[in-house]
Amino acid sequence: MLIAVLSGLIVSILYVPFGKYLKGRLSICVSLLPITLFAYFASFIPSIRGGNHVTFHYPWVPSLGVNFDFHLDGLSLLFSLLITGIGSLVFLYAAPYLQGHRYLDRFYAYLSLFMAAMLGVVLADNVLLLFIFWELTSISSFFLIGFNNDNADSRKSSLIALGITAGGGFFLMAGLILMGHLSGSYSIQEMLGTNEYLKSHALYGWILALVFAGAFTKSAQFPFHFWLPGAMKAPTPVSAYLHSATMVKAGIYLLARLNPVLGGTDYWMYPLVIVGGLTMLYSAFHSLFRTDLKAILAYSTIAALGILVFLIGIGTPESLLAASVFILVHALYKASLFLTTGVIDHETGTRDITQLGGLRKVLWPLSIAGVVAALSSAGVPLTFGFIGKDLIYEATLHTQGILPIVLTAVAVLTNIWVLYAGFLAGIKPFAGALPERYAHIHLPNPLMWLAPLLLALLGLLFGCFPFLVDGALLNPAARAILQAPIGTPLKIWHGFNPVLLLSGITLAIGTLLYVIRKPSSHNLAFVERFNTLSPRYIVGRIARFAKVISRRYTNTLHNGFLRVYLLRIIVFAVLLLGFRLFTGGAVSLTLNHLSPISAYEIIVAAILIGAIFLAVTTPSRLTAVVATSVIGYCICLQFVFYSAPDLAMTQFSIDTLTVVLFVLVLFRLPPFLNFANRSTRLRDWTVALAFGAVISLIAIQVLNQPFDEAVSRFYGDNAYTLAKGKNVVNVILVDFRGFDTMFEIVVLSIAAIGVFSLLKLRLKASEKE
Amino acid sequence: MEIVLVLLIGILYASGIFMLLRRSMVKLLIGLTLLGNGANLLIFLLGRITKGKPPVIDTAAKLFTDVYADPVPQALILTAIVISFGLQAFAIVLLKRVYVLVNSDDLDDLNTPEEEDI
Repeated sequence: MLIAVLSGLIVSILYVPFGKYLKGRLSICVSLLPITLFAYFASFIPSIRGGNHVTFHYPWVPSLGVNFDFHLDGLSLLFSLLITGIGSLVFLYAAPYLQGHRYLDRFYAYLSLFMAAMLGVVLADNVLLLFIFWELTSISSFFLIGFNNDNADSRKSSLIALGITAGGGFFLMAGLILMGHLSGSYSIQEMLGTNEYLKSHALYGWILALVFAGAFTKSAQFPFHFWLPGAMKAPTPVSAYLHSATMVKAGIYLLARLNPVLGGTDYWMYPLVIVGGLTMLYSAFHSLFRTDLKAILAYSTIAALGILVFLIGIGTPESLLAASVFILVHALYKASLFLTTGVIDHETGTRDITQLGGLRKVLWPLSIAGVVAALSSAGVPLTFGFIGKDLIYEATLHTQGILPIVLTAVAVLTNIWVLYAGFLAGIKPFAGALPERYAHIHLPNPLMWLAPLLLALLGLLFGCFPFLVDGALLNPAARAILQAPIGTPLKIWHGFNPVLLLSGITLAIGTLLYVIRKPSSHNLAFVERFNTLSPRYIVGRIARFAKVISRRYTNTLHNGFLRVYLLRIIVFAVLLLGFRLFTGGAVSLTLNHLSPISAYEIIVAAILIGAIFLAVTTPSRLTAVVATSVIGYCICLQFVFYSAPDLAMTQFSIDTLTVVLFVLVLFRLPPFLNFANRSTRLRDWTVALAFGAVISLIAIQVLNQPFDEAVSRFYGDNAYTLAKGKNVVNVILVDFRGFDTMFEIVVLSIAAIGVFSLLKLRLKASEKE
Repeated sequence: MEIVLVLLIGILYASGIFMLLRRSMVKLLIGLTLLGNGANLLIFLLGRITKGKPPVIDTAAKLFTDVYADPVPQALILTAIVISFGLQAFAIVLLKRVYVLVNSDDLDDLNTPEEEDI
């Protein structure tokens, strides 16, 4: 199982060294991977059908509770088969679709990465593991949306998608950790045992909000839906795979998976029903106005995701069964429609629905796929969509408490619009007269039309014989969502009842709408007038605002001038220290235990002050250097006065060396230029003097404190007895703190090497600028 | 005398900071030296000053018999002086290099215009 999940990752890594050999016709071989995995997961069907579930445990970081725990039940199996099954077809389809593309190897690497990540999401039992794979799907989706990286729109869309989904991921992570922390285990199966505790906990609301934020962003629920239409910049096989059949359903999967843990309360139900309902209506309505085939499909996909959230929110056994059926229904017909669109785009070069028509004459197998898929999306009897739609209506009609009429009305309205969108995408391009410019089109590589055709026909097959998938897949899936057995088998015919009536109404009105209403760019322009109200626009404005703020902030704080940085640091230090001194009470100095002042000390101090003044004010570089050395010698004298002979000797020699170096190296330099104007100098002086004053005040404060001699007494007492040395300063340096001195020597050696190499360095002419 | 030293430290710090804020690289370097001297003197002062009693044990004795200057700040300052010399030597030579390349003592000439577009 571990190998099955990680094989995609391994393959994508192998693309780095071997990718270039697989760019050509061999690329199709990679499809063996999803096909094998599909067979592997299909082999679990009998055991899952019997009501079992399979678990796998591989330790990873057991001390943190993060393990490769995989759990395969009906829900996971349904998703795994979708991921590998549609994955196989998409892998096969993409080979001719992107034939000769520069980055075909990368494409397959991303796709394998995505497949592995997605399998990980649906199989992981450990929530942290789930989160890791969850983020991996966002990342691979980012790469795939931005696959045409020479297109600015592509890049922008991929960033938006990553921003939204990964942003939601953060919330999800917080929610999952909170759940794991409260229930004491990061395993979903073990959380099932503590679900009552979780639901009654004070933080339950937070958990829900965080998990919903993750699921809604991933599954493109209103108001986060706008990244999905943008994601259609990806190559069409990707749209079919990630942004319709699998990845965007990760949020749905998460909600379904956590339904037994967190679900069943009003706090769970109402947000899901309301957000799902809003999403359904909003995006299904929007799909009416689009003229780009993929945009139509994108909006109808969002509507379908809304329906799924809505169904999970209702939470009755019927609605959960409806949800698991609809997952399969939608994956089949939507992937088929997307792949059909891909061929149309590939062959005609346009996806504008107003330009297309009559393609049945040249792309006849595709027209079958398109029409069958469209009928399935419409829910025409004998297609799988019909069963799905019936179950949805049944679920909404049989709700208690929360207004079945409203929910049913929402569902019917959405379905009418989805039907219209499906017809538009699946039938419109093939109906009517063939424009002359498309007469030369011929069928592409069989793989490209076999894939959508197969998916569409599967929809028809399951529609006629629902028992094929019912007991094996859908019932176990719904059972896993509910954690209780579900009795009702899927049926084609339910008899004459309100559900059939509603289906009939949906079909009639939808078809009527399709016959009457013609898509046009005029309508598109009409809705685009309201763009300023759309979530996409608002989020875009927020993002731009944040960008402006951060740019100003950076330009102000990080303007590239050293002295400005220094000035800020010093002003801050002055304010902080000054504030502390101010609140610390008055500064006073008791004069009685200070040492007396002698005349020679005053003279040295005066010389020192004079030298400082000279060093700061002189326009001559040499004078400044000499003044600096005078300052050094004066300080050396201070050391002599106050019993520090070692310091005095060191200071003296070092100062001499510095001056020599300074003069040797820099004496050729021109005199100082005075760049600063009066006000700048005044400002700098103010800051500098304030800093000096603060330091002096601190020094006085410290002098007022009693002096603790413990450390110096220790060295004084032990210098000879322990280290056999009489000069205590030397003993400290070479014995007690010998390692410090050793590293000091290392530092000096490094500096010496630096100096030497800088002096020796002879730049080539080309390196000078 | 402590008062005088406190005053000196203040002046050294102030002039050091002022020089650090100049555009000239040589002034920056001199500012660094002044600041270093100020810091050394500050540490020295805070260890309390004692006249004429170096921390060296009498040849005949094994322990101090009299009061003596605190050896700890002295050891610290000694290290600081040596390290600051390393720093200054490197900075001086680096400055020379920069001057040869840019032919200017102005720090602002080192700012590359490419960094402007963020």
